[in-house]
Amino acid sequence: MQPKEAINDFVIKFANVNGTGSASANGMFAKAIFRMGIPVSPRNIFPSNIQGLPTWYEVRISQDGYLGRRGGIDMMVSVNPQSFAKDVGEVEPGGYMLYDSTKPLDLRHVRRDIHYLGIPLTEMCLREYTDSRQRQLFKNVIYVGALSALLNIDFAILKDLVSEQFKGKEKLITPNIHALEMGHQYASTHFECPLGIHLKAGEKTPKHIQEFDQILMDGNTATALGAVYAGATVAAWYPITPSTSVVDAFEKYCRRLRIDPGTGKKNYAIVQAEDELSAMGMVIGANWNGARAFTATSGPGVSLMSEFLGLAYFAEVPTVLVDVQRAGPSTGMPTRTQQSDILAAAYASHGDTKHVLFFPATPAECFSMTVEAFDLAERLQTPIIIMSDLDLGMNEWMSPPLEFDDSYRYDRGKVLSGEDLEAMTERFGRYLDVDGDGIPYRTYPGAHPTKGAYFTRGSSRDEYAAYTEDGDVYVRNMDRLLKKFETAKSLVPEAKIKPAAEPTKDALLFFGTTASPAYEALETLEKEGIHLDTLRLRSFPFTQEVEDFIEEHDRIFVIEQNRDGQMRRLLLNETNVEANAKLISVVEYDGLPVTARKIASVIRGAMGINNVTPLVPKEKELAS
Amino acid sequence: MTYAKPAFRHPDARTNEVGCTRRDYEGGLSTLCAGCGHDSISAAIIDACFELSIEPHRVAKLSGIGCSSKTPAYFLSGSHSFNSVHGRMPSVATGANLANRDLIYIGVSGDGDTASIGMGQFAHVMRRNLNMTYIVENNGCYGLTKGQDSATMDTESVSKKGDINPYMPIDLVRLGIEVGATFVGRSFSGDKAQLVPLIKAAVSHRGFALLDVISPCVTFNNHQGSTKSYASFREHNEAMPVDFIPRREAITTSYDAGVVHEVCMHDGSVLRLQKVNEEYDIEDAQSALDAIAYHAKEERILTGLLYIKRDSDELHDVLQTATKPLNTMNQRELCPGSRFLDSINAGLR
Repeated sequence: MQPKEAINDFVIKFANVNGTGSASANGMFAKAIFRMGIPVSPRNIFPSNIQGLPTWYEVRISQDGYLGRRGGIDMMVSVNPQSFAKDVGEVEPGGYMLYDSTKPLDLRHVRRDIHYLGIPLTEMCLREYTDSRQRQLFKNVIYVGALSALLNIDFAILKDLVSEQFKGKEKLITPNIHALEMGHQYASTHFECPLGIHLKAGEKTPKHIQEFDQILMDGNTATALGAVYAGATVAAWYPITPSTSVVDAFEKYCRRLRIDPGTGKKNYAIVQAEDELSAMGMVIGANWNGARAFTATSGPGVSLMSEFLGLAYFAEVPTVLVDVQRAGPSTGMPTRTQQSDILAAAYASHGDTKHVLFFPATPAECFSMTVEAFDLAERLQTPIIIMSDLDLGMNEWMSPPLEFDDSYRYDRGKVLSGEDLEAMTERFGRYLDVDGDGIPYRTYPGAHPTKGAYFTRGSSRDEYAAYTEDGDVYVRNMDRLLKKFETAKSLVPEAKIKPAAEPTKDALLFFGTTASPAYEALETLEKEGIHLDTLRLRSFPFTQEVEDFIEEHDRIFVIEQNRDGQMRRLLLNETNVEANAKLISVVEYDGLPVTARKIASVIRGAMGINNVTPLVPKEKELAS
Repeated sequence: MTYAKPAFRHPDARTNEVGCTRRDYEGGLSTLCAGCGHDSISAAIIDACFELSIEPHRVAKLSGIGCSSKTPAYFLSGSHSFNSVHGRMPSVATGANLANRDLIYIGVSGDGDTASIGMGQFAHVMRRNLNMTYIVENNGCYGLTKGQDSATMDTESVSKKGDINPYMPIDLVRLGIEVGATFVGRSFSGDKAQLVPLIKAAVSHRGFALLDVISPCVTFNNHQGSTKSYASFREHNEAMPVDFIPRREAITTSYDAGVVHEVCMHDGSVLRLQKVNEEYDIEDAQSALDAIAYHAKEERILTGLLYIKRDSDELHDVLQTATKPLNTMNQRELCPGSRFLDSINAGLR
């Protein structure tokens, strides 16, 4: 079979052993391509393990700027004998298999339709290094060096990256560059370089990429920066993958930015709580007392925080929660991605509760939406849940640079200061709907010597915060909370609607990280003459434009990464349109980000274009 | 419960240093059963705050769920209050305290709220030495759900239905000393002379102050055979008297030399204690644990200030937070602005 040929458009996957230092070498590989100006999107597919289990790193290179997963592997870099058999099977016909040829290839794993590139990585390291850890670490650097020859990576960029990575540990620079050179040398002498698939700098990128001086960053870091910029001073959390790096990054930036130069004291407080319940309790306590506070967690944490979320909803305490979703239920697959906390988050806690959700799709949105979340939490005096996921949170994404408008001012919401209270002639009612928008006024403890004190509670209370079991008063309060949720519709981030090139009654609806592969699938389908309008949801409650969009279309494919079509259900529950027959669920829930190919094939199948088995579970197939 | 509160107040009611009368420290009418120990504790808190001349609005009251956790509504109506969820008051108090270190935090909890559902948070808030007063109104049972045993119920104590408790009790004061509370006292709702000065000292203490106050449940746990009834507790109480002498006041009380111990508090006030014996060093954790255990073995319950660590790092010291409360910091102080973001972006290319 002819070797695959493609310039700046292929997928390469690294099969490594967890804990062997492959992450930094692989990261360098992706960053070098990024620096060459070629759109790249790397993804860690890692186990819940510290050392020893198989781990993968999938890098997509796409001149067209597609950042979602495409599907299929063009080249496998295999340095893990444990997963060799499975890895071989994933390579597409005509693709390449780079492997450690120190030991002869097991004939059972030889395929005639792919091309093998053997490099004796172990042997080279045994010869070159005496220390066992070095023998392990440099194996990774050697294959990156070999790839630079095979794929045409600018070697000078790799050298720069090594120098940057080991800044402050200069004595490591020379040996690393030497290892890169060893790999480069070996590949150049043993193979015809470059391969059919390779890189070429200076090619024209699409306008949306060209427009910006792109950065490469992960969503969790962007979220953390959002919290810093929003003026969060208190963070309480409990470690859980994949959200841990949110608070880690928050602490890192606070150390740089929030130390008082005069006293050396901290203008922030971070507490690692004993569990997620406590983390949420601290966040509520701090927000109640007028500091901006947040926590970050994942599915199991959301379950534990539910009781407190109900309290914050009912007692009307601003709260910001970042949910970096992973595959559930229960412990599920802790290191795999999903969008499966939608319903749990929207209705977290017993009784009638509803929470405001944000759905960021890019690191830039993680940043801006987090800033916005703090404003909105205080404006609405309710929890805001930022629904990120592992794919967005822990992987590096090409993104437009982060932006912040210096003229923007925090909106601290309806808070009566000591002066306001002093000037007040009427009695302060904590839960009085003074403005008719369902949002009452609050006071911070200690604001005024004689006015404004009130009793915060999770039990039923009247407009003046006094305990009551009067059914009418209870209903009045519950209805006001609903009115407040209506007000939220005018304040949450609006949906992004993109019409198709030709008028159509068909549409795609998606949110979060599903957006990248969805937009890609859309372009593929467009070339085939299939036209769909799109709507990217960015928040819950659903705004009027979402209802209108559903109303205007006959068939709407709702793409999401969970088994039960949770967003579809939420749309059915929370919009006033008759949509049961219109909304067609397209789900993917194997823990890996959904690919553009899969989305395209499901749509084709549903359109009857070709004979592809839809991913849709049987009972949710086309209802028409 | 009573449902009418007398409006009459003595026209010459005494005022304290901040110009408040005792009435300014009162709260709403209690809805607890007549004779409930908890109401005596509320009254003791009112007395203590009045006598300490605390401005009511500088206090934040926090509680969990249960009979005891209702009581913040019955004292200091001029203070903000947060009646949170069951067993989770410590975390809410922690967050509140992190946001504003300048307020006085008084938490009220019960034995169910603390020793069962809230055990985790209770232990961890003590480990962190949060600067607050934590009062457990301990009656050995779940009053609001009609008298089930709690985790502080003594082994072989008899319930109202006649069942004998087979489980080991959790001794809150011993746990507190073990895990890092820096002020640990036990008292009795029926001993105002001991309780009021203890609360004053607890509020003046810098760090976590635990007060385990035995507070009999008149409805479900005040019968013969119960170890937490008024009668049983009075019989077994080994009370060590406490005097709290505020700053600038002359010391007038006199005790027998030898067993008297004076503790100078952080704010300059003096705590004068009468100990059960000369060897007991209340500033030594092991000595305190030994004394508590010894008396327990003799079927005596030691009450009073049991342990104090005067100079300790409270949570803000550990975290090195700014002296200025975090909730008073504005955007200018907290937001780095676009220029720093440019440098972040540059580092990600």
